[in-house]
Amino acid sequence: MIARDRISKVVGNLVLLAIGVLFVLPLLWVLFASINRTAGLRVEFPTHPTLGNFKAVLNTDTTYRPVLNGIVLCGGAALLTMICAVLAAYPLSRFKSKFNRPFLLTVLFCTGLPITAVMVPVYGLFVQLNLVDTLGGTIMFMATASLPFAIWLTKTFMDGVPISLEEAAWVDGAGNMQALARIVLPLMWPGIAVVLIFTFIGMWGNFFVPFMLLLSPERLPASVSIFTFFGQYGEPNYGQLAAYSLIYTMPVLLLYLLLSKKLGGAFALGGAIKG
Amino acid sequence: MTTTVAPTSAASAPPGKSAGKSGRPKAAKLFRMLPLSPAIGLMLVFLAGPIIYCLYAAFTNMALTGTGAANVKFVGLDNFRKAFGSGAFTNAIWLTLVFTLISAIIGQNTLGLGLSLLMRRSTKVVRNFVGTAVIGAWVLPEVVAAYLLSAFFNDEGTLNVMLHAVGLPGQDWLYAAPIIAVSLANIWRGTAFSMLVYSAALSEVPKEIEESAEMDGASGYRRLLFVTLPMISRAVMTNLMLITLQTLSVFGLIYAMTRGGPGTKSQTLPLYMYEQAFSFSQIGYGTAIALVMLAIGAVFSLIYLRGLNSEAA
Repeated sequence: MIARDRISKVVGNLVLLAIGVLFVLPLLWVLFASINRTAGLRVEFPTHPTLGNFKAVLNTDTTYRPVLNGIVLCGGAALLTMICAVLAAYPLSRFKSKFNRPFLLTVLFCTGLPITAVMVPVYGLFVQLNLVDTLGGTIMFMATASLPFAIWLTKTFMDGVPISLEEAAWVDGAGNMQALARIVLPLMWPGIAVVLIFTFIGMWGNFFVPFMLLLSPERLPASVSIFTFFGQYGEPNYGQLAAYSLIYTMPVLLLYLLLSKKLGGAFALGGAIKG
Repeated sequence: MTTTVAPTSAASAPPGKSAGKSGRPKAAKLFRMLPLSPAIGLMLVFLAGPIIYCLYAAFTNMALTGTGAANVKFVGLDNFRKAFGSGAFTNAIWLTLVFTLISAIIGQNTLGLGLSLLMRRSTKVVRNFVGTAVIGAWVLPEVVAAYLLSAFFNDEGTLNVMLHAVGLPGQDWLYAAPIIAVSLANIWRGTAFSMLVYSAALSEVPKEIEESAEMDGASGYRRLLFVTLPMISRAVMTNLMLITLQTLSVFGLIYAMTRGGPGTKSQTLPLYMYEQAFSFSQIGYGTAIALVMLAIGAVFSLIYLRGLNSEAA
């Protein structure tokens, strides 16, 4: 029995390892190509590794401005999402109301709607409201799109904070918003950070929304401007594309590392989602 | 980091203050719901607004150029008749179903469950390595993931190099089997989500229950089927619904990998909608397709809600 257990454990580890390797393999190309001046789509370690590709893309038009746009766009939208989600989650989590259940069901229903499908009418709406090609309008739409999920998760995390401490504060005369700011938020900041970071990561990678709502090259975030590598003139410069991809990915990788070091990483999110 | 999940239904909100002061005037009760207003405002304008607009535009001949641009006319069900009579639309529906079935329901779901089951009994080093690799693929921006996988499936790409190494013939997968290639790409990118949901669910299955089933002589396979799976059925339901809905609206990954091509061989509904509405400027027809997608999403979403409700009851 013990021997069989050991064998099954070894086999399990080997299978896992094989799957892990399969997930890593596609990453090899981007790593090799980024340091290869003459990179194509073939995976090969360059004979003369160089940082030339990074030097070539590190300029205002190609990298700095799109990344900065992305930070303004996704940072602004993620903050707006979080503020609205925390405010909304508080009464939903703390007070009994006939209104709560229908509202939460609507929120859950909205998390299921394919945002892609809404984009055509949203574009129409933006034309009517004169919001096309404005950062403000795009920030508000991106925030709205991630709001249902964020409200749901924030409420789940907030339900985990015991209400007894607030009751003491209420007795001492604190208002609801004071109790939220001074007692609930400090106790649930890990949950807030998890939701905020994942909202940001989702937005950072989102291509379709800014692609549809922003037009001017000087406003495009990194997720869209990456397409400029495929100009009208045939083959793109794959080495530079790979280098740029790595730079563009860096912010979310760093955020994710921060999350895993401090907060148990994505597994915290899984706990809140599984319902 | 706590991952405790409090009761999800709103009815179980803590009694506390509200119970003690149920006699409060209506105005005060409304006042404490006030913090909800920014969220409600945003969702009314940017979510409900477009959906209502969609309900209107789908029945018109609205267009960015031509007659539909000058005077928008109500055309009844014409857009839907045109859609269901068109080969390109049925092709898109069919491809969307294949894409969702292969990449979400079979791929991400099964692989995610398998990974989380294996990870429970694995060595820490292996577990960390695999977890990082799978989640890394998920954290990558959509378009970057698309380029990586285009290179992977390319004629000279890693996949063919590996196939040649074991003596199998390779081909340009994005031309030969585009829908399979983008489905595999979506599995690569999306499995982390299922793995996280299942890991969280499995961590709450008491070890004793599985051990006692083992004592009773249940084999690993039977234990999984009759003991473990029923205990996480709620997570399975949640996960299946969420990944189905996410997969239905995948756009950037396919657009960056194949643009729906070659021809229309990987043109799923979102790509078809985009092409009709913006490349061909048929906003009315495009919104009709959007409405079909919304309807499909709404049906899945309602099934999901029913599932959650009946479980909670």
